[in-house]
Parts: sequence; structure tokens; C-alpha cells
Amino acid sequence: MTYIFDGSLPGLLTAVFEWFERKPGKVMLKSINIFQPEAFAESFTVLTASEKADRVWAGLQKKLKKDWLRKFYCSYLSEIPEAYNHLFHFACYIFQNPAGAESNYGNENVIALSKYAKSVEREKHRMEAFIRFQKTGDGMFYAGIDPDFNVLPLISNHFKNRYADQQWIIYDLKRKYGLHYNLINVEEITISFTNGINKANPAAVLMDEKEELYAALWKDYFKSANIVARKNTKLHVQHVPKRYWKYLTEKQLT
Amino acid sequence: MSFDRIREKLNILADAAKYDVSCSSSGGTRKNDNKGLGDSHSSGICHTYTEDGRCVSLLKILLTNHCIYDCLFCVSRKSNDVKRAAFTVDEVVELTMNFYRRNYIEGLFLSSGIFKNADFTMERLLLVCKKLRLEQNYNGYIHLKTIPGASDELIKEAGLYADRMSINLEMPTEVGLKLLAPEKSHADVIKPLDFVNKQMIQLRDEKKLIKHVPKFVPAGQSTQMVIGATPESDKDIMYTANAFYKNFALKRVYYSGYVPISNDTRMPILGTQPPLLRENRLYQTDWLMRFYGFKVQEILNDANPNLDVDIDPKLSWAIRNMQHFPVDINTADYKMILRIPGIGVMSAQKIVQARKFGKLRIDQLKKIGVAYNRAKHFITCVDSPYQMRDYQGTQIKAFILAESQSKYLKTDSNQMILF
Repeated sequence: MTYIFDGSLPGLLTAVFEWFERKPGKVMLKSINIFQPEAFAESFTVLTASEKADRVWAGLQKKLKKDWLRKFYCSYLSEIPEAYNHLFHFACYIFQNPAGAESNYGNENVIALSKYAKSVEREKHRMEAFIRFQKTGDGMFYAGIDPDFNVLPLISNHFKNRYADQQWIIYDLKRKYGLHYNLINVEEITISFTNGINKANPAAVLMDEKEELYAALWKDYFKSANIVARKNTKLHVQHVPKRYWKYLTEKQLT
Repeated sequence: MSFDRIREKLNILADAAKYDVSCSSSGGTRKNDNKGLGDSHSSGICHTYTEDGRCVSLLKILLTNHCIYDCLFCVSRKSNDVKRAAFTVDEVVELTMNFYRRNYIEGLFLSSGIFKNADFTMERLLLVCKKLRLEQNYNGYIHLKTIPGASDELIKEAGLYADRMSINLEMPTEVGLKLLAPEKSHADVIKPLDFVNKQMIQLRDEKKLIKHVPKFVPAGQSTQMVIGATPESDKDIMYTANAFYKNFALKRVYYSGYVPISNDTRMPILGTQPPLLRENRLYQTDWLMRFYGFKVQEILNDANPNLDVDIDPKLSWAIRNMQHFPVDINTADYKMILRIPGIGVMSAQKIVQARKFGKLRIDQLKKIGVAYNRAKHFITCVDSPYQMRDYQGTQIKAFILAESQSKYLKTDSNQMILF
């Protein structure tokens, strides 16, 4: 039996609700985007219902402490197809067992969730580290990113607390939405880029006059801080994987 | 300010500061509650890594590299023929604010050569901190060097604005220090470390009685030793580190492999490779002391005054103490599980939680994150294969070395590979 859901978090939680309602035995949960009908397998399409999802979430809140609710949410944000199935079975497992079952690291769903959460938290932390703002002519600090996982919801508070006195935009170019902080709160935005605009690096004409100066100073600093006698390229690339270099001011040649 | 001049100053003063290895930005507790700039992140953030693989989280600069001292191991020593420069207070403030706003850095690491005298230097450092905190509403991280010999009042005031303060021991023993820097002594370092530590303890006690006491060096103190410039043993180094952790409640001791910068015959000659492997083994020992419940005497003693080069100190201890092994994963104490080679803190915690739900098997241990190929020589679990014979520690060492390749051993063979 395959359960198909719409890919949303409420959809996933509704699927858990439906399973307990029907108890159809062994089930595999798949998102509609990747579902391929199979000839001899039955499938059931879950209709997302917020009141059902809310009840399941409230149930999880009763059974799990904050750290595990966060792991659950992070695993969902990974957007990995297999993660949805693990989340579904994890939730069922939690409801079917007495409190504390989440610390059973011998269980495959428990260990899977803790691994997804670890990857997503690592990506979140990398975004907190590797995002580089560029100041535009109108005083806005802009950064375009395309993280491996959907981490914008996780980094919003960090940047809001930290950059409370400057307007900023962090835009996820892959998922086509972004965050804008307007000195009071953070809003979700979408930008329609006109053709020819370099989304990751806005043109120099749009920049604050001192932007280039500070970028140059930062690149100089990066070079000066290196100790040539200790060169260790392998370690360098391990800490800053090449796919992130495009964000990093200090890694740009010009 | 002229761009070219600032650029030149930054190059000189960042270059001179880079031998200070501490770049940690953790442990800060400052919150952005004044709608200013910056908010600390409890575990710290490394914003980038240099090509030598070291983290860059702070803007690490000297206020000036003019110095009245002539310490042999230091690039800024008086007799060294290098370009000298000095930042103004405003220049440092402006650089810090603008780097921070672009998310380049977690904060500022400010040190300085000693110009005129200790108090004069400390005053300037303090001025930078006060400007950032009071005028710019800056709540980011500040790591400040305590200048040995500065007055108690200045140090005390600096502690109110800095997150971390540090003073470097430089050489692991007094004898080593006297050899290279006759004007300095460990006592100069101990006095201010002790003073700051006592202030921290006093404020912690007051906090129990008064609700609002000012923050005072919330991320604690640290120090640094240069390794390999003088002939100390690993035991000398780690016993000193251990004493400083104990006596002054230090957050960190850093070990910095000496990078040759002088032609003086008392030290390794120019072009000598920095002792990176030794440095790594010392950090491993440091971790074993702080997070794995090892006493320094268990790892280093008169019989073993230096750490093994080919294997890490945890494995080395296990092999010398085979009477404790094998350990039964399903019944052993958490403390004993921590001592098994191939099992780290996270895995050990998961094991003790998971085994409440049933006895653990090999495949579960692997999924939990245990380095099983290493750990298998030291553990038993439900489905461990039956061992016909007891292996000697030396045999186990040979097994492990045969299947692992140290990252420090560069392809050394001139042997042709035919197949």
C-alpha cells in the first residue's frame, strides 16, 4: 500500500492521521511529485486537512520534547523523498509506544531522523557562516543563496536578532522565495528578476560606493591570515566545500 | 581615510597577528537587546577557513606591531626588520563594524605590541572596546589580549566589555621562556590570569544575591603555548596545560606548532616544517582530558613522556591497558564506554540510551556512528564473533595500522606500483 501526499507538512501529518483511522497494515509514504503508479500496488491519496494535521502535531507535542520536535521539522525541511517515509513511520512508532521511545537509537526511523536533522542543521549553520551581504546603493544588505535544504525558516531568527539595525534580504534562488527584514519584522518575499540580472551578484552600479572597498579589504585580510608554511588544501576544502565558494567574497578572483 | 594606507596597515597588522591561533567565538552570552548590531551565538561560527585549514571567525589584528620587547619567537620583536604600522582607534572600530555588517566575521580579536608601556597599550585596547560597545551599540564578540603588567583597574574595566580575555604563556616551561625571552616570566602571565579569574568568581557569587550584575568576560579566559621551539617533552607541555586548566579555570589552552621566523641558533632553522602532527596529538590529549574523563597522568607519565606518533593517545592508552578490555557494550558504565577507541561522546551517549530498549548488535552500533573496525578489538556486543585467543596490545596495534592510513604520512614510497 502506498500513501500519496501533497508534499506539505500538514499533508504528511494528515497521512499519519489517516493511517491510524484505517490501520491498513504496511504502508509506504510518497510525495505526489515523485510518485510513479505501479501495476500491482494499491495506492491511497491523502487529502490534506488542517484540523487532522493539527491534532497529530498536538499529539506529537505531548509525546516529544522540543529537541525532537525540531529534529522532526528539520527532517521535513530536508526535502529528501525517503525522509517523508521515515517521518511517517517515526510518528506512527512514537504514537504506538510509551513516552521516551525516541531515544531508541537502535530503531531505524529514529536513527534516520537524527541523521537528516544533523544534515539540515549543518546546512543551516553553514548558511549562518557563509552568507555574505552586499550593501546596495539604497542601504539594503542583499545575499542570494541556493542551499541544499530548505533552511530559510531556520535561519530567519538568527539574522533578525543579529542584524537588527540594518535592512536585509536573503533570497533562496533555487526555491524562489526570500526573507526581507524591514527593521521591524521579517517577511517572506518573492522577487521577479528581469532577464539579464545576475541574481547572485548584483551589478556594481547598484552597489553602495564603499562596497567594493570593504570587499577588497576582506580579501586582503583573508590572504594575510593564511600561514603558507602550514598549507593544507584538503582540510580547507573539507571545511569550505567548493559548492559554497560562489557565495564567498574572499573566494572571488576579481 | 585613504584606502591604500588602510589596506597596507591591515596587511601588516593581520599578518603579525596570525600566529595567535585562538579564533574561537563561542561562549558569548551578549544579546542584542538594544536594537543594535550583533548577537552572540553560543557555539560560535567559523565564517571561513584559510588555505591552511584554520578557521576564521574573528577579525584578528594587532593595534600596532611596534614593540619594546625582543622575544625571539615573535615576528614583531624589536630587533626584527619588518614594516611597522599602527591603527587608530577609529579605524579598528570602522573595520569591525563594516566587516560584521556583511557577515564576514563574528567579532574582533584585538591584540597589540607593547608601545611605551603596558598601561598605555591597555588603555588604547580598552578605548576600542568602549567605542564599539557604547557608541556603536555593538554586541558582537570581542576577544581582548590582557597586557601583562597593566594595572588592575584597566584590566577590570576591560573585562566588562570583552567576551574573552587571554594571555599567552608562549613557552610551556619557565626555562624555555627564559631562553628565548629573558625579559619575560610565567609569573607575569599568572598574575593577571589569576586576577581576572578571581573577578569572575566574585561576580558569580554576587549573582546569587543580586539579580543584575554586569557581564564580566562571559566567555572566559584562554592561553597559548608555542610547541617545538624549545626542547620540552609532551609531558611537560600537558602537565603545564593541566595545571592552568585547574588553577585558573581556563576555557582553552592552545598549542601552536612553531613556524620558523628567525635565524637564531637557539631555535629550529628557517624552512623547518612546523610540527603539525605533534600539535594534533597534543590537541587530542587535551580533548581526552576535558571531555573523556582521562587524567593527564594516565596518558603521559615518566614511563611515557611523549605521545605516540603513529597512533592517537586514546588508542595508545587502550593498548597499554588491555586488562580493561574487552568492554561489554550492553552493560558497561558510560565512563568506560567513552574510553573505547573508535567511540566518541555522541556515540557513547546514544549507546547508553539505545540499550535500554534491547541489547545492541553490530549493525546497530555501526549506524549509531561507532568506528567499528577500530572498536571491534575492544568490545563485545550480542553478536560479536567468538574470539579463540587473546591478542596482545601490540598485535592489535599492528592490525589497526595495517588497515588505516594516517593523513600525515604523505605518499612516501619510491616503490613503483606495478598492478
